[in-house]
Amino acid sequence: MLEVTDLRVKYDTIRVIHGVSLNVREGELVALIGANGAGKSTILKTLSGLLKPESGEILFNGQPIGGLACHKIVQQGIVQVPEGRQIFSKMTIKENLRLGAFLEVSRKRWEQNLERVFTLFPILKERYHQVAGTMSGGEQQMLAIGRALLSNPRLLLLDEPSMGLSPLMTEQVFDVLRTLKQEGITMLLVEQNAYDALEISDRTYILETGTITLEGDSRRLINDPGVKQAYLGGV
Amino acid sequence: MDTLYVLSQLVNGLKLGSVYAMVAIGYSIVYGILRLINFAHGDIMTVAVYTILSLVTIFGLPLWMSIGASVVMAVVVGLIAERTAYRPLRAAGEETTLVSSLAVSIFLQNLMMMIFSPQRKAFHLPENLTFLHNFNGIRLSTMNIITFIAVIVILVILTFVIKRTRVGMAMRACSDNMDASRLMGININHVVVIAFIIGSSLAALSGLMLAGEYKTIDPMMGFVPGLKAFCAAVLGGIGSLGGAVLGGFVLGVAEMLFAGLMPTEITPYRDAFVFVVLILVLMVRPNGILGSREGGRS
Repeated sequence: MLEVTDLRVKYDTIRVIHGVSLNVREGELVALIGANGAGKSTILKTLSGLLKPESGEILFNGQPIGGLACHKIVQQGIVQVPEGRQIFSKMTIKENLRLGAFLEVSRKRWEQNLERVFTLFPILKERYHQVAGTMSGGEQQMLAIGRALLSNPRLLLLDEPSMGLSPLMTEQVFDVLRTLKQEGITMLLVEQNAYDALEISDRTYILETGTITLEGDSRRLINDPGVKQAYLGGV
Repeated sequence: MDTLYVLSQLVNGLKLGSVYAMVAIGYSIVYGILRLINFAHGDIMTVAVYTILSLVTIFGLPLWMSIGASVVMAVVVGLIAERTAYRPLRAAGEETTLVSSLAVSIFLQNLMMMIFSPQRKAFHLPENLTFLHNFNGIRLSTMNIITFIAVIVILVILTFVIKRTRVGMAMRACSDNMDASRLMGININHVVVIAFIIGSSLAALSGLMLAGEYKTIDPMMGFVPGLKAFCAAVLGGIGSLGGAVLGGFVLGVAEMLFAGLMPTEITPYRDAFVFVVLILVLMVRPNGILGSREGGRS
């Protein structure tokens, strides 16, 4: 579904992604883990079109999408839940969700999607007319995911959905991701929280300073002594 | 000093204020989305006014047609400035585009001087627009009344567009969070272009009103009213359209009361007085009269 080959990205003159290749197949949940500053968010931003690749190829269902404008990439069905949630804090929950469905043309599908989001996140229904900035961090994360689901994503990019959340909230967010996975939504998950990411995902890529150093089946990696040492606190 | 005199100064203030309000709305719409203080906004008014003058005097076009053409011209100039001077610098930050807008302003002033000479020119509206109606001693021209009503109508329409329509929702989203808006599939360049179209059209109309009031025009005429309109927008709470209109009226009334009631030795400092008012208000309410407490930057 998504095929990235030899991607390089730089900020001004400093290259931060040095030839990354990865792929995501239909229905898969793929995790991309690594330390702070490894370039995980940069990769997602490039996939969404917020950043332009320096070189390399990004294919989505066989079509090149590297360097396309952001709104064209969203039209193709690649939708991102950005780092730090990035909700529209001065607007209501309702308006945030409407903006998630900005490109939606079918009123019926909007209503169906909205029902589905309300089932996943009942809190959003309760707070529908409230200003989004007044919600807690965890609720805002629910809103950010709900908003993304309203745009009929074919591939969901999640940038550290557990960042800054309490352990309880983190658990809830990962439960939602499990539900979405069961529904067959294809996801690429960026996480610093390596253990949860490895546990939930089918396959994992480990990124170190802009290069993929390890990739493979998540169940295998979770038991790998080297991975344990470096990312799981050496247990 | 009789009450009629004070009252007529008040009305004069509302007249001036409605022009400021009209310019301030345009300022506010562009600022709300791009955080761009567009110093060239006032000079777009000048371009529009010269367009009207040339079309009427040189080509003999009827006034209404020339006004339409001046709006188109203002929009074209505004969009060229956006495309060439602001968009390429958008990533560089607000300070950079601010300096760039000063450059556009100076460029437009000098372009007008080259084409039309720096001399003042007479600008007369037809008599049916300048006809003075007498309301118990307070005199208002037809144009003044039209201006005042136009400001209110435009405020109502734009408020509706921004609150209730899809494009308005996209504008508010961009104003709230630009990157998130892009991730929702909003083409932000479209939104910016729409903001400039609205802003420039309003600049054209306010240019007409200003010129009609002063009856003379010159290539520098737009700059100071542009600055004052920016002050009006900041005073009212920049980003809020109601605030822009309120700020325009407050500033206009303050300026005319100052000019009319103070001793003649200090009335030439009315421009300075306007900026002092701005400073004083911002000291008490840093985000303007109607500005929100959080997130607002002036």
